[in-house]
Amino acid sequence: MSNKFVLQIENLTVSFDGFKAVDGLNFDLEPNALHCVIGPNGAGKTTLLDMICGKTKPTGGKILFKDIDITELMEYQITRLGIGRKFQTPSVYDQLTVFENLEISHPNPRGVLGSVFFKRTDSMTQKISEVANKIFLGDHLNDTAAILSHGQKQWLEIGMLLMQDPELILLDEPVAGMSAKEREKTAALLNEISRGRSIIVIEHDMAFVKMVAKKVTVLHQGKVLAEGTLDKVQEDEQVKLVYLGH
Amino acid sequence: MKLLDRIFGPSHAEVGLSRIGFLATALILLLVLPLTLDVFRLGLAAKYLSLAFSAVGIVLIWGYGGILSLGQGFFFGLGSYMLAMFLKLEATNSDGSAQALATFFGSNLPDFMVWNSVEELPFWWEPFNYVWFTLPAIVVLPAGLAFFFSYAAFRRRIGSVYFSIVTLSLSAILAIMIIGQQGVTGGVNGINDFRTFMGINLDSDSAKVTMYFVAASLLLLAMLVCGFVLNSRLGRVVIAIRDNEDRVRFSGYNPALFKAFIFAIAAVLSSIGGAIFTIQQSLASPSLVGIVPSIEMVIYAAVGGRLSLVGAVLGAMLVGTAKTVFSENFATLWVYFIGFLFVFVVMYLPNGIVGLLTWLRGFRNMHDGSKN
Repeated sequence: MSNKFVLQIENLTVSFDGFKAVDGLNFDLEPNALHCVIGPNGAGKTTLLDMICGKTKPTGGKILFKDIDITELMEYQITRLGIGRKFQTPSVYDQLTVFENLEISHPNPRGVLGSVFFKRTDSMTQKISEVANKIFLGDHLNDTAAILSHGQKQWLEIGMLLMQDPELILLDEPVAGMSAKEREKTAALLNEISRGRSIIVIEHDMAFVKMVAKKVTVLHQGKVLAEGTLDKVQEDEQVKLVYLGH
Repeated sequence: MKLLDRIFGPSHAEVGLSRIGFLATALILLLVLPLTLDVFRLGLAAKYLSLAFSAVGIVLIWGYGGILSLGQGFFFGLGSYMLAMFLKLEATNSDGSAQALATFFGSNLPDFMVWNSVEELPFWWEPFNYVWFTLPAIVVLPAGLAFFFSYAAFRRRIGSVYFSIVTLSLSAILAIMIIGQQGVTGGVNGINDFRTFMGINLDSDSAKVTMYFVAASLLLLAMLVCGFVLNSRLGRVVIAIRDNEDRVRFSGYNPALFKAFIFAIAAVLSSIGGAIFTIQQSLASPSLVGIVPSIEMVIYAAVGGRLSLVGAVLGAMLVGTAKTVFSENFATLWVYFIGFLFVFVVMYLPNGIVGLLTWLRGFRNMHDGSKN
């Protein structure tokens, strides 16, 4: 069992005032997988990501990342182990430039005194421009994040995750609010960055899921309804009933 | 020079401390005021400078960190009282008339303790017999208290208005304690009537001028230190926390630690300001500890411009002067005036006077540009 999965979730449960948003969920993630989680509204998709990255504490069950129990860790500790999270609405620092957004996402240093006396190294500047090019923002390094378009902010947040070099990336609706062209670029980006790391993507857009997903999990009412390739789950009778609506 | 860039930031994006503003401030404080003011007025200016320390700290925590502290009077009071305790003990041990009084009552305690029938120096007064304890304590004690107190709060995610209320009660508690424990704190009269610091007579004109220059230099130094902090990576993390604390957390930082750190810096600045106030005015008083002075310190920063270290100093000087003028003439109206000023600035001038100046400059440049 050991090392076969990057992420193992066992019997995960969380209830908000008696409502079980996630209910006895089991989920395993293989290394180097790009795994999409789909499901109707209220299925518990975002809550699942919230629990993996420590934003919400589960009421029961266990989350293991590389065989380390992260269920009770603080958010920043989970991040330091190598899990990066992108939020549904783009979360960037509006008052800082693209360069600065990427720079402070670099993991070293993260301490207080180290940050006061920090001096930027050439290799870091280089890494920042590499990542900026990857996320199509190479020409926008000195722009304040506030003036970026919605889609560009989504990319910037993905870039901020890349600065951390996480082994597992959690993306919550990365193409929401993007044009068709931007979606294609994002799909290419995800396929590129998924080399050497695992990614969990929550997405509603089926066309996009088709472009990126190797494996799909369907959630419904906090439980796993079906799992497998997109074609396979689309054939599933239950899935058709609750989600695809035909 | 590299160091200059790290204090003022690259010239295209000055954060916190502008080069021109700092030079102008230094010129005014070190040259213009000493040359134009008499010793009495210079003493008044020094009083406002001591309050400007708090305002500079408030720029750091409120303007950039988004943490509104209404408890800076607490730290101002700590610095003020710690130095006053030292000066009072020195006066008690060296001043002829104080000794005569003490001998008359068969005691060797500070006068207010004698009047309150306190028979023994409280143990926590003892260390303040020594200058080597007192001066470091003025920095270390507020730093430690502020750091651990605020870290505990921030770690529990107590933020925004709740934190403001907690700090507000801090300063209220200290003021109430001081007033209530008259025998060991001097009560509502505060601690006063000391004239020497390590044997130097504080009443002489030369001492007053020296103290003014010490206060002004320390304030300028504080501005440089804050400029350095704001333009460091830590400064950007602090801005990021203000913009989006969750994102910072998920970039692997512990935001509570960063917020507690800048809160501690602001506390130290307030404490130093308090000590400078005490040595200038020969007074430590609960009226500078409680809620009203704490809020006034925030108003200094708000009026001057909460994103500008120069603005904080400007605000403290201007509002301080206005307060003196007003309270000489219409004492009761002062509170209404300052309340109105605060509301006006927050609603119509969110970046204070400095914000207004920057806007005017941008407006003029635009105007010039259109003519060409």
